[in-house]
Amino acid sequence: MKNYLAILGREWKSYFSSPIAYVVMGLFLLISGVFYYLLVTNFVQMCMQADMQARYYQMAVPKLNVNMMAIRPLLHNMSLFALFFLPLITMRLFSDEKKSGTIELLLTSPVTNTQSILGKFSAAAGLYLLMLLLSGLYMAVLFFLGKPEIGQILTGYLGLFLLGLCYIAFGLFFSTLTDNQIIAAVSTVAFILIFWAIGWISGMASPAVGKILGNFSLIEHFDDFAKGVLDTRHIVFYISFTVMGLFLSFVSIESAKWRGR
Amino acid sequence: MIEVKQVTRYFGRVMAVDRVSFQVEKGEILGFLGPNAAGKTTTMRILTTYLPATSGTASVAGFDVHQDSMQVRKRIGYLPENPPLYTEMRVADYLEFVARIKGVDPRTRKHAIAETMDKTGISAVSRRVIKQLSKGFKQRVGLAQALVHDPDVLILDEPTVGLDPKQIIEVRELIRSLAGDHTIILSTHILPEVSMTCERVVIIDQGRVVAEDTPDNLTRKLAGSQRFTLIAGGPAGGILELLNKVEGVRQVKLLETGAPAQTHQFHIEGDAEGSINPAIARAIVEKGWDLFELRPEGLSLEDVFLRVTTREEEGGGQ
Repeated sequence: MKNYLAILGREWKSYFSSPIAYVVMGLFLLISGVFYYLLVTNFVQMCMQADMQARYYQMAVPKLNVNMMAIRPLLHNMSLFALFFLPLITMRLFSDEKKSGTIELLLTSPVTNTQSILGKFSAAAGLYLLMLLLSGLYMAVLFFLGKPEIGQILTGYLGLFLLGLCYIAFGLFFSTLTDNQIIAAVSTVAFILIFWAIGWISGMASPAVGKILGNFSLIEHFDDFAKGVLDTRHIVFYISFTVMGLFLSFVSIESAKWRGR
Repeated sequence: MIEVKQVTRYFGRVMAVDRVSFQVEKGEILGFLGPNAAGKTTTMRILTTYLPATSGTASVAGFDVHQDSMQVRKRIGYLPENPPLYTEMRVADYLEFVARIKGVDPRTRKHAIAETMDKTGISAVSRRVIKQLSKGFKQRVGLAQALVHDPDVLILDEPTVGLDPKQIIEVRELIRSLAGDHTIILSTHILPEVSMTCERVVIIDQGRVVAEDTPDNLTRKLAGSQRFTLIAGGPAGGILELLNKVEGVRQVKLLETGAPAQTHQFHIEGDAEGSINPAIARAIVEKGWDLFELRPEGLSLEDVFLRVTTREEEGGGQ
C-alpha cells in the first residue's frame, strides 16, 4: 500500500510539474465546451421553433427533453474526445521509464509490479476523474437554465468514467511494450478504435455473429449509460475490459525480463 | 555476501554471460573489469534482480535473486550505467520518492536523506530540478539514490563514466570510504580505477570470467616475472656481477651510464615468486655503493588486461 501510494503520488505530481496535465485537461474541456455550446444552443433553437409551430397550429407546446437532445449526444462526443486525449496521458507511464532508464530503479526496488501498475493506473484515472469533474460544471449550468434530470447525467458520467478506465488500462499496456511514447499512443487509439468499429461491423454480420461482436463493442455498451440506463452487464463489461488491460500490462512487464527488455 | 554460481544468460541465441562464478566477502570492494559488451552490465542486472539468469544461481546476503527477489532488492543499492533519474523532479523530492519505495522508515527518512545528500555532496543543489544539473551532479544524485536506504550491498555500473578528473577522484574517494560498511561491486573498463579502488578484480571477457585476484597479484602472475629499474652508483661491472649473484635474479642489463656521479641504470628481471627487491638493495648497500632508485616496473593492469583478453580470443578460436 505504501509503495502504491508512493508511485501514485509521484505520477500525479509529474503530471502537474510538466504541462501535460494542463494541456490535456484544458483542451479536453475546451472541445467539450464547444460541443456543449453547439448542442445547447441548437436545443434552444429547436425549443423556440417548436414553440412557434405550436402557436401557429394552435397545438399544445411539445415538451422537448434536454437530457435526450443535448446531454446524450454530448456524452457520446465526450466519449470520443476521451479516446483521443487519454492515450496522451497514458503513453508516458512506462515508455518514459524505459527510455530514461528509471525502469531499472523501479524494478530493482522492493516494489511489486502490481503496485507500480496500479499506482500508475490510479494516477491517470485520477487525472481523468478531475477532467470529468471539471466538465461537470457545464452540466451544472444547465440546472440554472432548465430542469434536466440528474440521474441520467450521473449515469452518463459513470459510463464515461468506466469507459475511460478501459482506455487507460490499454494505454498503460501499450506503453509497457515500447519506449516510444508516440507509438504507445497511436497503438492505443488504433486498438480502441477497433473495439468501436466492431459495433458497426456487427450490423453487417449475420445476426448470431453480430450479437457476439456487438457485445465486445465499447461504444455499444456506452449508449445505455448515455440514455441513463444503469445496467450491471455494461459495468461488468467495462471493468473486465479494464482488468484485462492491467493484466496484460503485468504479463508484458514480467515477460520483458526474459526477453531482455 | 554475494555468491554467483555458474550464471548463464542468453538473449535469444546470443550468450551474454557464460557460466560466471565469483564471490564477494562482506565489506569488500570487487572490481568488475572488462571491455565494453563483455557481460558486465548483464551480470550486474542479474544480481540486482532486474534480469533473471537463464541458468545458474546468484544470491545476495543469503537470499536467492530469483526466489527471494524482494528480500534482495531491500538490501541492494544499484546505480545503473545511466543514473535512473526522474529529471523533472527536484533532487530532494526524488530522493524522498526513492527512500519511500526502498522502504526507509518514515520516522528516519528525513534524516537518511539529509545524510545521504551530505555524503554525496549534493546538499547545495537539493532544491534544484535534476534536469538542470551538470553531468557530475546527476551522477552523484544517482549515487545518492543507491545509498539512501543504507544498503548492505552496492552495485555500481561504471560510476565514474563521463565525469571530469576532479569529480572522478571525488567519486572514487567516496566509494572507498563506503567500503567496510557496504559490500561493493564496481564495474568499469578503466583500469587505473580498479587498481585505485578495488581490493579484488574479476576480469570478464565475452561473457566469461578470465581472471580473478588482487590487482597486484594479477599483475605479477600474468607478467610471469618481476621487473625492476635500478639506478646505482659504483663500478658498473662490479654491480652487474653482484646482481647476477642475487637469488631470484634471472637477467640484468646495463641500460646507460649517467655522466654525473657515476650512476648506472640497470634493468633487472627476476622470478615471479617472492620479492627480490630487498635482496638487491641489501647487496648494493652492503658493498658500500650508492643506491639511488629501485623501482618495480610490473606490468600495468592495462597490459594484463590486454594479455588476458587476447589469450582468451586465441583459446576461443579452437
